[in-house]
Amino acid sequence: MTAELVRGQNHPLSQSRLEIRISAGTPVAAAAALSDENGRIHGTEWVAHPGAPVQPGLEVSRQAAADHRLAVDLDAMTEAVHRVSVLLALPAPDGGAGPARFGAVAAPFVAVTGLDGTEVASYTITGLDLESAVVALELYRRQGAWKVRAVGQGYAGGLAELFADQGLAEAAQLASGIDEAVARGLARSVQAPPPRTSEGDRSRQAAAPAVGPDQGAAPQGAPVPVPPSYGGQPSGGQGGPQPAYGGATDPHAASGGPVNYSHPGRQTSAPPPPPPTAPPAQPGQPARPVAGDATGWSMEERLYNQVWGMFEDLARTTAAYRSAVDFAESRMDKELEQALSDPRNRIGGQGDAAREAARARCSQLVDQARTSLDRDVAQLVAEAEVVEPALPPAFARWDNPCWHAYRVPMEIPMALRLGDLRLPEAEPIRIPMLLRLPLERGLWIDSGRTDSLDGSFTDSHDMRRLAMDTAVAHAARLLAVYPAGEFTVHVVDPAGSGARALAPLTQTGVIAGPPAQGAAGVTEVLARLTQRVDLVQMALRGGAPDALPPGFDTSQQLLIVNDFPHGFDDRAVNQLRYLVDEGPSVGVHLMMVADREESAGYGPLLDPLWRALLRLTPVPDDHLADPWVGHAWTYEPPAVPHGSEVLRQVLTKVAEARRTGSR
Amino acid sequence: MTKGQAISLQKNDGGSLTAVRMGLGWQAAPRRGLFGSRTREIDLDASAVLFADKQPVDVVFFRHLVSDDGSVRHTGDNLVGGVGQGGDDEAILVDLSRVPVHIDQIVFTVNSFTGQTFQEVQNAFCRLVDETNGQELARYTLAGGGPYTAQIMAKVHRNGSGWTMTALGNPANGRTFQDLMPAILPVL
Repeated sequence: MTAELVRGQNHPLSQSRLEIRISAGTPVAAAAALSDENGRIHGTEWVAHPGAPVQPGLEVSRQAAADHRLAVDLDAMTEAVHRVSVLLALPAPDGGAGPARFGAVAAPFVAVTGLDGTEVASYTITGLDLESAVVALELYRRQGAWKVRAVGQGYAGGLAELFADQGLAEAAQLASGIDEAVARGLARSVQAPPPRTSEGDRSRQAAAPAVGPDQGAAPQGAPVPVPPSYGGQPSGGQGGPQPAYGGATDPHAASGGPVNYSHPGRQTSAPPPPPPTAPPAQPGQPARPVAGDATGWSMEERLYNQVWGMFEDLARTTAAYRSAVDFAESRMDKELEQALSDPRNRIGGQGDAAREAARARCSQLVDQARTSLDRDVAQLVAEAEVVEPALPPAFARWDNPCWHAYRVPMEIPMALRLGDLRLPEAEPIRIPMLLRLPLERGLWIDSGRTDSLDGSFTDSHDMRRLAMDTAVAHAARLLAVYPAGEFTVHVVDPAGSGARALAPLTQTGVIAGPPAQGAAGVTEVLARLTQRVDLVQMALRGGAPDALPPGFDTSQQLLIVNDFPHGFDDRAVNQLRYLVDEGPSVGVHLMMVADREESAGYGPLLDPLWRALLRLTPVPDDHLADPWVGHAWTYEPPAVPHGSEVLRQVLTKVAEARRTGSR
Repeated sequence: MTKGQAISLQKNDGGSLTAVRMGLGWQAAPRRGLFGSRTREIDLDASAVLFADKQPVDVVFFRHLVSDDGSVRHTGDNLVGGVGQGGDDEAILVDLSRVPVHIDQIVFTVNSFTGQTFQEVQNAFCRLVDETNGQELARYTLAGGGPYTAQIMAKVHRNGSGWTMTALGNPANGRTFQDLMPAILPVL
């Protein structure tokens, strides 16, 4: 069993002969320092480093490398030695080679293994930033037994500062000596990074760096250590800065081995690349957020889960705040009442003082609650700041640059952003509202008059126009995130009133046909889709999905209905209800752009229809509840930046792909 | 820890505890003969009640696994118990740094939902663990406890800027935490 240590955690060691494996995506120098029970290094001869690689019971490699194996024999240590610290340092950046801070490279991974390769404990050193030297682990004697502890203490001042901290008088000389030795070694190794060889190469020789220093510097400045891969790339067989060292027993080598067992077309068979983890918090300040810091098989799934995590956190932290404020106010009310009813308070200033005290107690608690809410909101804002830019188009706002670099996707995304959610207490933060795809229910863009939040009055004509614009933006997004030809949009616009709003769809030619007009058009489109639902249902229920006619279009269908119930007779209304109930399971969805009041004449008949649809509004409105505490969240529709052509550009690309597409 | 003893949740190095876990473990009832499924299962439930100024504000139990503010989480209901070797069968995690400011006491209780008294339950224990490093802060043995079906285990309350835990171990009777409210209020 491997113990995955976290910073500060320790683990007993049962063997005395050990190997310490280091894997950092970039060349590093490894050293080991011996110290006494007070943690003091007595002299340079207590340090094994590239310039003097062999000490009693200890051997390190002579050069900087991305992968190291250090040999340790704890039995060979003298009695005075109580601690063996394993140190890593980045080579001095003199030659311009390699990054000079750990924050710019992948988190180094350190494992303690037995001689047979079985891992005893491992530790990934996260949370480093400006540091160029770090104490990775220490093996220490405790009551006669040896243990390993994950340390992860970094030093921005490099090895010199590190050694000085451990009480070594010649810290600076030793550090520069190591730098020199590393530079010599580096000069040798940079030229020809030999490919990693077989199992036979298990010598003390440092495993050859898989990356040259220039490549190693690639992730510099990038906040996300793992490149987002939305394509169908299996993670196995992917080159680049990965922990790559031999040993079949090592789970981390599974994807770097010579034989790639993963199926090229099957994504889930390969283990997912490790998620970027948030570095542990510096004491006294919250951890820096990282995009994709959640569980999942792909970056997309991680971001999805992260967004939901932020959603839940905001819901709960706001619940804490509201509950505290409610409590404070009810306590104040009670105290004020008490002060009022106490006859002693009727005379003199006593009553005033009591009231004053009650108010002060209330505002003090509210202030405290506000402080913790502000702290949490600030943390979420910081997280949103790194998450938003990392989002793929389907999750991103229209103003995200990824929409300008839009390409027609090859796969259906997990979810779609329908807009933003926010709470009044936490104005600065917007949570992306992500809805899983394929859609499970239809959408209803409410063109009815709502009491808008900012008090501005939108007349019903404007509201209808806004609703239709919003519907078009949603439909465009759906078209864009599906692979070419896998999403078809039909439009019913009986009176032709939505023609202007529909222009981006009609002019780019991404919809199946011109918007159906008049009662005849409504009947025709509904009949076609109803028949389709029947046909697919029959095939699925009969257990013969192959029995569909050849050339049958298997794409998802979306029907946009404007101006309901204009142009609808009773039969058409029934067909619409049928589509709402039965359509989603066979990939036929409805998007109603309607004012519920206008169809009030149908009475309660249509209630199930509206209930079955997810209501969205064209203006901000607080009608959505979260699943945890049920706050009313303000929904904001996804706004296309004013004057931006992004929608049209994206749709043009979609139309192009549909024309030239494979079907 | 003994009944009534209070320990401060300040760590030795000056930092205070940020996360504690109340773990509950007990041994499942032994299988009986032919109709093994008719074994009378033992279902103990751990609950945590959050109080603000002696008013219950929120409860975390098997029907409400996460307090609204997210600071107290129940890992889920275990209906039958475990092998009785010291592992937690139910646990409640408290993130002390995130507990809302007005909550000043959290009371942990254990109930026997199926009605067995603690005399009949084998190897039952309840413990408080420092979640950050897995160290056990306190442990109670419930087995052979006596003819009662519930126990008010401990309370964690604010003490200046930090938290203090007081071991209570008061016996009580009840099926769920609601039945215990009268017994809880005097210990606040």
